[in-house]
Amino acid sequence: MLHTRKRGTTSPHFGGWGDRVAARTALSVSTVCILIMGFILYFLVKESLPVLKATTLSELLFGMDWYPQETPPALGMFPLIMSSLAVTFLSSAIGLPVSLAIAVFTAEIAPRRLRNLVKPLLELLGFIPSIVFGFLGMVVVAPWLQDRFSLLTGLNMANASALLGMMMVPIVGSLADEALCAVPRELRDASYALGATRWETIRRVVLPSALPGILSASLLGVMRATGETMVMLMAAGGAAVIPRSLFDPVRPLTSTIAAEMGETPVGSEHYHALFFAGLILLLITLAINLLSAKIEAKGFKLKGGNL
Amino acid sequence: MLNKWKVFVATLIRGLGVAGAAYASEIVVNGSTTVLPFAQIAVERFAPAHPEVKISISGGGTGNGIKGLIDKTTHIANASREIKSSEIEQAKANGVTPFETAVALDCIVPVVHPSNPVKNLTFAQLKKIYTGEITNWKDVGGENAAIAVVGRDSSSGTYGTWQELVVEKGDKDQKSRVTPKAQVTASSGAMLTTVAKNKLAIGYEGIGYVDKTVKAVSVEGVEASLATAKNNTYPLSRKLYMYTDGAPAGDVKAFIDYVLSPDGQKIVTDTGFINIH
Repeated sequence: MLHTRKRGTTSPHFGGWGDRVAARTALSVSTVCILIMGFILYFLVKESLPVLKATTLSELLFGMDWYPQETPPALGMFPLIMSSLAVTFLSSAIGLPVSLAIAVFTAEIAPRRLRNLVKPLLELLGFIPSIVFGFLGMVVVAPWLQDRFSLLTGLNMANASALLGMMMVPIVGSLADEALCAVPRELRDASYALGATRWETIRRVVLPSALPGILSASLLGVMRATGETMVMLMAAGGAAVIPRSLFDPVRPLTSTIAAEMGETPVGSEHYHALFFAGLILLLITLAINLLSAKIEAKGFKLKGGNL
Repeated sequence: MLNKWKVFVATLIRGLGVAGAAYASEIVVNGSTTVLPFAQIAVERFAPAHPEVKISISGGGTGNGIKGLIDKTTHIANASREIKSSEIEQAKANGVTPFETAVALDCIVPVVHPSNPVKNLTFAQLKKIYTGEITNWKDVGGENAAIAVVGRDSSSGTYGTWQELVVEKGDKDQKSRVTPKAQVTASSGAMLTTVAKNKLAIGYEGIGYVDKTVKAVSVEGVEASLATAKNNTYPLSRKLYMYTDGAPAGDVKAFIDYVLSPDGQKIVTDTGFINIH
């Protein structure tokens, strides 16, 4: 798009040999990406649809019993779907505000030297493999939670969500920080010149201008939470029931796939059901994506009204 | 252009075929993670005496091992359960005849937190705990506290054996289910950690994995041990198998014979299982 809009208005070398190589490279790389995505989707749909021969769609989506190894298998995924949604929501509620606060701090408030210290540390946190978080949840957080609140088990939704929230912070925090830093200095200066305080400037000028960047950063974090498997497998407890309290063990779609795919006979109903679980996950992330696109569009309108 | 590609791909595939043929004496062992601990040591001790044989061993789970045997990517499938009739059918359709060799005895032990005063549980009590009928330790002679039921993922061999020997025991038409509130752990190690870290927990584990971090509970008054499993008084024991395509022959036979030999069976006992003889 950028390419066609600017044609003719740039240097006479535009569209020359170098440009063509770059354009073709970009085109082929993105084509490959789209093709791969298409294949994944095709494969997922192809492998998941046969499950509908064994059970109905409403039984799959709203059934309460997940006993896939029985004959005939009980393939109700409602508790699993609810677990996935609940964990995603809770971990976002924990992780996103913290990330945003850290981003505002590093981008707007912290002095340069402190920022240079905090930012790399934050990014370092992002390198910790998820299995380490899972292990932490299992041997440190779980016993502490259980003793502190005298629970049935420390491996539960709160535990897994807190860990996921922590895992979100490095990604979302550092991307949001970059979004905030990208806001032109002139905007801040203009705001200060009009007599706005620092807080007013952050809230009314910088945050709205950086909103699209912050939103896509948050989106990445939320998707990570939805798709995270290892932490769920290790720290979420794995009971296939709809969580009724923060401290109930849960069993999201991801850990179900991970735990059961290894020993499922290829082509069995259980096998196809697990692919269907993958398809549901994909649809959930797609829905989150669309939702955020909508919010973003609304945000632009709002910003247009304000500025 | 397309033709060139075809030739290229064909050459590549032929090349792979030749490379495969060069390792004619390669044995691929896959299957149950329960069998893995002693099978791995057996491989390590077997290898120096047989430098011409290349053995690769992994533990993808009983189902995966048998899957490998059926599609001929695995020569020896370790199993913590007997092969299912559906798997035999699939194998036959693929021209594979599964041959069973029992190599060790395993017994599954109910485990609780070391601080738990409960020492013995009956089959009926275990069944009721796992189906969610009994939810308090005081109903089975313990303290007044809720029971945190911990199970394995449904594709684990240990789960299958537990389901069959405990949960479905005495069932006729309607098979009992493990309560959906039961926590699920994805490996023997995770089960051990979960129970060791939770005072209210009950779990189950192959005797080879049980260590001092948890307390073993006796079943029907019989303590799980080498002796009781061997003389069949301990009610929760099972055989561990190695499956091959047809009766073992050549290098595969040499390896399985080694596992069954006194040296091999010593490894079995050393890793906490019970020898088959």
